[in-house]
Amino acid sequence: MSGATTAAAGASTATGTRRPFRFGRWFRATGWRHGVGVVMSIFAIFPLLYVLSASLNPSGTLISANALFSIFDFGSYIELFDLPQQPYAAWYGNTLVIGITTSVCTVFLGAMAAYSFSRMRFVGRRVGLLAVLLVQMFPQLLAVVAIFLLLNGISDIFPAIGLDSQIGLIMVYLGGALGVNTYLMYGFFNTVPTSIDEAAKIDGAGHARIFFSIILRLVAPILAVVGLLSFIGTTNEFVIASIVLIEPEKQTLAVGLYQFVSDEFSKNYSIFAAGAVLAALPVMALFLYLQKYIVSGLTAGSVK
Amino acid sequence: MSITTPRAPRLTRAPTAPSTSVRVLIVKIAALAIVDAISLYALFIVFAQRDWIVFAAIVVVTVIVNVVYFSKRFLPAKYLVPGVIFLVMFQVFIIGYTAYIAFTNYGTGHNSTREDATAALIGSSQERVEDSPAYGLTVVESLGTYSFLVTDPDGDVSIGNADNPLSPVDNATIEGKVAVGIPGYNTLNFSQIVAAQEAIAGLTVQISDDPNDGALRTPDGSSAFVYRSNLVYDEAAATMTNSTTGVVYSDTGVGAFTANNGEELLPGWKIEIGFDNFARAFGDESIRGPLFSVALWTFTFAFLSVATTFLLGLFLAVVFNDRRMRGRRVYRVMMILPYAFPAFLSALVWAGMLNRDFGFVNQVLFGGADIPWLTNEWLAKVSIILVNLWLGFPYMFLVCTGALQSIPDELQEAAVVDGATPWAVFRFIKMPLLLVSIAPLLISSFAFNFNNFNLIYMLTNGGPRDVSAGVNVGATDILISMVYKVAFVGAGRDYGLASAFSIIIFVLVGVIAAVSFRATKSLEELN
Repeated sequence: MSGATTAAAGASTATGTRRPFRFGRWFRATGWRHGVGVVMSIFAIFPLLYVLSASLNPSGTLISANALFSIFDFGSYIELFDLPQQPYAAWYGNTLVIGITTSVCTVFLGAMAAYSFSRMRFVGRRVGLLAVLLVQMFPQLLAVVAIFLLLNGISDIFPAIGLDSQIGLIMVYLGGALGVNTYLMYGFFNTVPTSIDEAAKIDGAGHARIFFSIILRLVAPILAVVGLLSFIGTTNEFVIASIVLIEPEKQTLAVGLYQFVSDEFSKNYSIFAAGAVLAALPVMALFLYLQKYIVSGLTAGSVK
Repeated sequence: MSITTPRAPRLTRAPTAPSTSVRVLIVKIAALAIVDAISLYALFIVFAQRDWIVFAAIVVVTVIVNVVYFSKRFLPAKYLVPGVIFLVMFQVFIIGYTAYIAFTNYGTGHNSTREDATAALIGSSQERVEDSPAYGLTVVESLGTYSFLVTDPDGDVSIGNADNPLSPVDNATIEGKVAVGIPGYNTLNFSQIVAAQEAIAGLTVQISDDPNDGALRTPDGSSAFVYRSNLVYDEAAATMTNSTTGVVYSDTGVGAFTANNGEELLPGWKIEIGFDNFARAFGDESIRGPLFSVALWTFTFAFLSVATTFLLGLFLAVVFNDRRMRGRRVYRVMMILPYAFPAFLSALVWAGMLNRDFGFVNQVLFGGADIPWLTNEWLAKVSIILVNLWLGFPYMFLVCTGALQSIPDELQEAAVVDGATPWAVFRFIKMPLLLVSIAPLLISSFAFNFNNFNLIYMLTNGGPRDVSAGVNVGATDILISMVYKVAFVGAGRDYGLASAFSIIIFVLVGVIAAVSFRATKSLEELN
């Protein structure tokens, strides 16, 4: 760690005995780092403050949003839920429902696959793992046209899971369940010693019992990470949601807010900002709360 | 390990084991019963539609699921099958389907079969046959489908709807001389007819299987008239003749009825057109030009995105990787915030801030300047890279910090003892070790940005638009947003061409994947 210091700040840091405070020395050692930190923090946080301030300024237009924090008024937040054309509350609910369902199912499907890859030896296991790795290189949105036409065809037969159906959309998302997630979980499953399984097996536990009541508990952190990443991914997903969900009542926040703001960008900026703040809150809260796990998950993903 | 010790007590509890296994068995059977019931229901519907490929697919999947879960063998499959079913359908199949669509003319005006196109053409050019007799009409409804119960001038009663031509019935309730009801259908009363006015006014019921016989339509819900098309379809010759002008349109293999002078009747139908879409993409100058510039920008954008975010992230990781510095946690949280904020919203917020006339950047930071951040071809590209830097540097900061902290201190201590300068320690010890663990992430970051649709579409919408291009494409469009626009934005949707573009992306991504897998393998050998 101190090496990075020396690397960046130079060898001028031969500290040891207490010496009187001198600004020059302090600045060369850590002061300039604070300078960088402050600049970067402003860069990082400014757009977020801007959108928060815009949301609290109910006069609404883009130009009035430039006067930062001149007014504190929650009018836009109330108006947001009264828009006749834009059912914000429905979008919010849909996003939560689709996001939670998708992430729970993704975690479950991925964990099952990871369990079999990690604990069982069978023909095609290596190929399967390679396929899982390969598949994640080709995200579903590349085949968005085919997804649209496939769901269009499904709606002729089963309208309940075809176009303009949230179940259909969730099913499409689950197509990506065995991608990078499985690989992440596979790595983590491998860190759980197999002696635990064997002990349970000797005690008479079946494979299902080992999976559900032993392994799943031991790998809970990675399940949380995958679930959260999948939830964030689904919340941010625009391409497929925008072509599958047609009725405004069924759309998600990404689709709805985009259309709202592209229709009348400068006019209703304050309402959009309020919608954005509310939409971002749960994701950001979860993210910061689980930050440690997510970071470990991010690096573990490819580093093994 | 510790679980093995309480073995004796477990053995005494052995008698309870059968009851749990019975419970598990019941749950298993119940779950499979539900799956089988759903697929049986699906099979009935598909059978009625005579869609044999789908029918076979459902049968195969159902059999596989049942075999896997009922037999004692196939243990790995029990855990893999559910995910794999979704994977095959919505990840593997759609790739193949994309390839198929790329070889068709699928799109606006070409999206169904020739039969559907024929019916649509005849239906859309219908006119009421002059002085045709009025049919007595009762609108009836069954399972949400409206049907016409008609009594023809001779008193014969028949029933039909949009999908089924009229067929005679004899069990209708007759009132006066008009049939007013029939078992199995609900007769609509006046207010219901008014409520469903649009659907009923748009309903056309063919008189017979031959579309040339004409169809019944109703202006008021109580009487129906014969409408006939001025297009006459000759099934044997597969030609369409306009009875007013006498022009003959024939199926010349281009997916639409075409007259001798090249005039096409639209809608046409979907046909396989071989490599035409690819020939258009690479041969047609108005498409080839934009395609190449978009591809070039896609690579540039993805590369610059990774480079800028990585360099800034690495720089910050090095700067803040100093134990003596106070408040590192605060800075860290501040700098993670952009990453936690949903990306699609970030792009929209930045689009507002960079707005030319009202945005914060022009109005406040540049004191009312008139800088076209998002509307000038080059500035828009710069803006995209900048916004992406904002979006992406926290991730790189996090992973670089993690990687730096995982490098053992002894290595650099040894190097310092050997007299290495700090820069040398960084350049020759930390950097290579860092790259080994970060390189795969850089590649996946490249792959992600290669298809970073949200940022482009929400920030600039791909614009400013290239007016000379033959497709709807702009200066900042990347390949995937180009596919989306060609397929779904605007009046003329061209699924075939869009899929051909998709295939091109697949090939590019495949090449990147192959190269990167090799590269990372060689990097790992460093370790």
